[in-house]
This record gives sequence, C-alpha cells and structure tokens, in this order.
Amino acid sequence: MYPEEYRYSREHEWAKREDGRARVGITRFAADRLTDVVYVELPPVGAEVRFMQPFGVVESVKAASELYAPVSGRVVEVNERLQDHPELVNQDPHGEGWMIVVEMSDPAELERLMDAQAYRQHVGEA
Amino acid sequence: MRYIPTTPEERRRMLEVIGVRSVEDLFADVPQSVRLGRPLRLRPVLSDPEVLRYLGGLAERNAHADRLACFVGAGAYDHFVPPAVWQLAGRGEFLTAYTPYQAEVMQGELQATYEYQTMVCELLGMEVANASMYDGASALGEAAVMARDLTGRDRVVVSQAVHPEYRQVLRTYTEPLGIQVVERRHEGGITPADPRAVDTRTAAVVVQHPNFFGCLEDVRGWAEVAHRVGALLVVACSDPLAFGLLEPPGALGADIVAAEGQPLGNPLNFGGPYLGIIATRNKFVRRMPGRLVGATVDRYGRRGFVLTLQTREQHIRREKATSNICTNEALNALAAAVYLSLLGPQGVRQVAELCLRKAHYLKAQVAQLEGVGVLFAAPTFHEFVVRTPRPAAALVRAVAREGFLAGLPLGRFYRGMQNALLVCVTETRTRDEIDRFVEALARASRRGRAAVGGRR
Repeated sequence: MYPEEYRYSREHEWAKREDGRARVGITRFAADRLTDVVYVELPPVGAEVRFMQPFGVVESVKAASELYAPVSGRVVEVNERLQDHPELVNQDPHGEGWMIVVEMSDPAELERLMDAQAYRQHVGEA
Repeated sequence: MRYIPTTPEERRRMLEVIGVRSVEDLFADVPQSVRLGRPLRLRPVLSDPEVLRYLGGLAERNAHADRLACFVGAGAYDHFVPPAVWQLAGRGEFLTAYTPYQAEVMQGELQATYEYQTMVCELLGMEVANASMYDGASALGEAAVMARDLTGRDRVVVSQAVHPEYRQVLRTYTEPLGIQVVERRHEGGITPADPRAVDTRTAAVVVQHPNFFGCLEDVRGWAEVAHRVGALLVVACSDPLAFGLLEPPGALGADIVAAEGQPLGNPLNFGGPYLGIIATRNKFVRRMPGRLVGATVDRYGRRGFVLTLQTREQHIRREKATSNICTNEALNALAAAVYLSLLGPQGVRQVAELCLRKAHYLKAQVAQLEGVGVLFAAPTFHEFVVRTPRPAAALVRAVAREGFLAGLPLGRFYRGMQNALLVCVTETRTRDEIDRFVEALARASRRGRAAVGGRR
C-alpha cells in the first residue's frame, strides 16, 4: 500500500527521491479521507517551497486542506494533468496523482520524514 | 417581524421553572443606583391610524425623490422601477429568502440567482459573477483583497476619481491586511493612464468608469498599464446601466468588476440594503469571494442548480477562505434579475440612451448660464460636475425650496471644490423638470452674485 522507497510526512504527503529532486504527492490515506478531490491548487514552476510549510491546497467535495512541502527547494515540475483530472489524486495517489517535483536544497530533510513502516503506524494501518 | 409578548400566565410558568418568585427578584443583582426606579414615561398609546399619520409626518420631513425632482446621483440613482419588479420579487416564496441556507431545496431561488449572475455577466462583458455582495463599496474592497491573493502583491493604486466613500471602504478592507493603498490624482476629472503609477509591487489598479465625476476613464489604457507589470485592472462602477451604451469593462480589459446594483430595479433608500456586484474572469473564479450558483444535472439528467465551489467559503476553508462573506443580498439580486429580464438588452439600451440624452440636454443648458458652467471637459454619461458661482451647498439649499434635489456639493470630499456640484439626470426626469431646474439654478446663482456684490 505505501511504497517502501518513499518518505512520509505527518501531514500525509509523500516524497520520492529522484537524484537531487523529490517528487511530491499526498498519501492514499489522505486521498481516501478527503473523498473525491475536485481541485488542486499548486505553485508555479520556479516557486520556492519550504520544509513543512504550505505550498498549495487540495479541495474535495468535503473539505479544503493545505498541502505541506515535505522538502525545501525550488519547484521544477508541476503536474498539469491535475488541472483537468483532479480525480487522479484519488485513483492513483502514489503515482499518476503526484503534484510537484522539487529541486531539493537540503536532501537531509528526507531523514526527518517517516519511512513506510513508521507511516503505517502513524495512520493506524500497521 | 412579529413581536409577540409573553402572557402573564407564561411569565408565571417560566419563573416557576427557574425557581424565582417574581421578575423583580430576577433583577435583584442589579444595583439600585443604576435602576430607573419608576415606570418609563412613554407617550400615550396611539391608534393605528394615528401612528401612521405620525410616522408619515416624520417621513415627510425628508426631502425625498418622490416629492422633489431628483438630480442627485453620486452612487445612488433615481431610475424608474417598473411595478412588476417588486410584484414578482415581493412574492412570499422569494421574500423570505436571505441567502439560501438549505440551498438545494430552493431550486427556484437558485435558478433566479443563476439568471441574475448570467445577466450581470452579459451587461459587464465578464465571464463569471457571484450571487451578490453587500454593496458596490464592499464589493470593491473584496476585489482589492482578491487581487492581492491572485498576484501575491501588496499595493493597490486607486484613482481619486473613484467614489470617495468606496475609497474609504477600500481602506477599511485592506489596511488590516497590510495592503498599501496609493491614491492617484485626477486631472481635469479623469485619471490619465500612466505607466509610472505602477511597478512590480502593484497588485491592482482601480479606476471607476464612468467615474465619480461622471467622466469616462481610459479603461483600456489602464488595462495595458496594469497588465504590463503583471497587475490586475479592477473597474468600479456605481451605475451598471451605463453599459447599456458604453463598451462593457470586460471588453476593455477589466480583470475584476465591482459595481453597485441598486440602479437595477432597487429603490433609493438610506442605509441599504443595496446590491454589491462582483464579476471576474473564469481563471480567477477560485479566488472570488461569496456565494456562487452553478447549473448541473441530477442523477436522472435533469437540469438543476447548486451552490458551487463552496470550498472557497469560510464555513469550509476557515481562515484561509477567500473572504469572510458567506452570504449575499438575495432579494435585491432577484429584483435586479427581474428588472433586467423585463427590460431586456433593448430596454437597458433605451434607458441608458434616455439618461445620456437628458443629461446632455441639461449640460448644454448649464453651459449657457451666466456665471455657471461645466467644470470638466471630459466626456460624460449621465452625471457631470457643475461649476457654481457661490458655494454649491448654499445653492442646493436654495433650489430645494423650489422643489429640486440639485446634486451633491463636492467640497465635502475634495479640497478646493466648494463651488462644484455633481448633478445627475436619469430617464425619470422630464424636459419640463430640467427646464425649470435650469431656471431655478439661474435664479439661485444670480442671487448669490448679487449678495456678493452687495457686500463689496
């Protein structure tokens, strides 16, 4: 359910290391709790994001929640498909539903996140 | 609202339940020193007809537009409201509706609001309008906050030819948020587009069109100036009927329009409710404040209406909401929808044409008067500024005695403009009224000059 190679934040974002970059999205747990996602507000390419500071908003039919950056750095890619297909977040949160790619300024921050085992415990699915 | 007092029996039972002997005991904690100690001295009870006569007498002490010929505009306009508007809007099914709370069970109300939004967009040349706000001034405040959120910038440039009260409300909305409001002087009644007015900190430029002096602004020019530095153009408007004739702000490059909707089927009154209009482009809809009605289909494919994009709103997004407004002026918006439907595009154009022609007829007469003149040369719609030979406030008092509400003296809002009077002519003024008004102005002006001469 939760890929072993990903790192996870307490706010339910995941980060997948791709060399000096990190791909970021929200977890299956978060996507399920939000129910149908209808809109994702993301920063533009080039924006700076900071560790565990808000970088966007995800809206579902039930709620609007902030997205927290699991790593600091500069946004180098944004998942434009989510503009027209926000349902990807529900269908494939750990894959096609990714949100941004960040050029990390401090890759050591990844160590401050949880591994899959710890995250499963965090959400009571261990 | 009904006021139904409790009966003595009900009072006795309530006291019994809470275990208190009398109402007097209930107030035992209130110190004697702050008590009145005697019954209120109220006037003797009046019969219903007496009350109506009394209140009617008080109302008649007002110089109101039903009794005097009204040449005042300045943000509130004496347009004709066809009786059918309130015959329909006043129906019980609608009259109870404030903002829809159990929204989706009120399909009729939602449909009316949806049609209101659609007609507002057509009139303003914009892509999306919300279900309405409090009034034009607060809509402008919301527009500035919206521009801040959309651009991530904190400075708003506003023309001094924007309604002075709108500018006050704009400051009330923006100052606590750390938004800096920079005023731009008018030159000869208009605000010439100037790239030096903006920089990369500018979130928005705000101009009113037609502006507070009735003059037409270079909206297109300001749109270019604003857009070149990545700022938005906000157009304020106090009478949207102008766009029955003028090119709508949407076609001139406006990103957000904040307008007063009172002129659309709502009567003049002091204190409101008036009708706030806000409209924008589709790409900005998620930053638009307030309620928004959308059309959809139900599970059987039938057309229906919903309150849509509610995740922008405070009850869901809490402190991150676009605005703290979770309500709208539903009844006033409904009246506007009925008004616009009754008139249709052709009717709206006719009203605008009548306003324009009558106002320009007055303008031509005023220009002929000795000692009186038209202050600004810029083109105008249905309002313009008259240069008066004596303080405008005195002139207004003088012609009020002859049955005219002459206009708004501008000295109250603009330093050095004591001898300037803002006048408006709507379609409701007759040629006879205009002619007699010109005569009254002439007499009052001569008297003023004679008085000045006499003192010399």
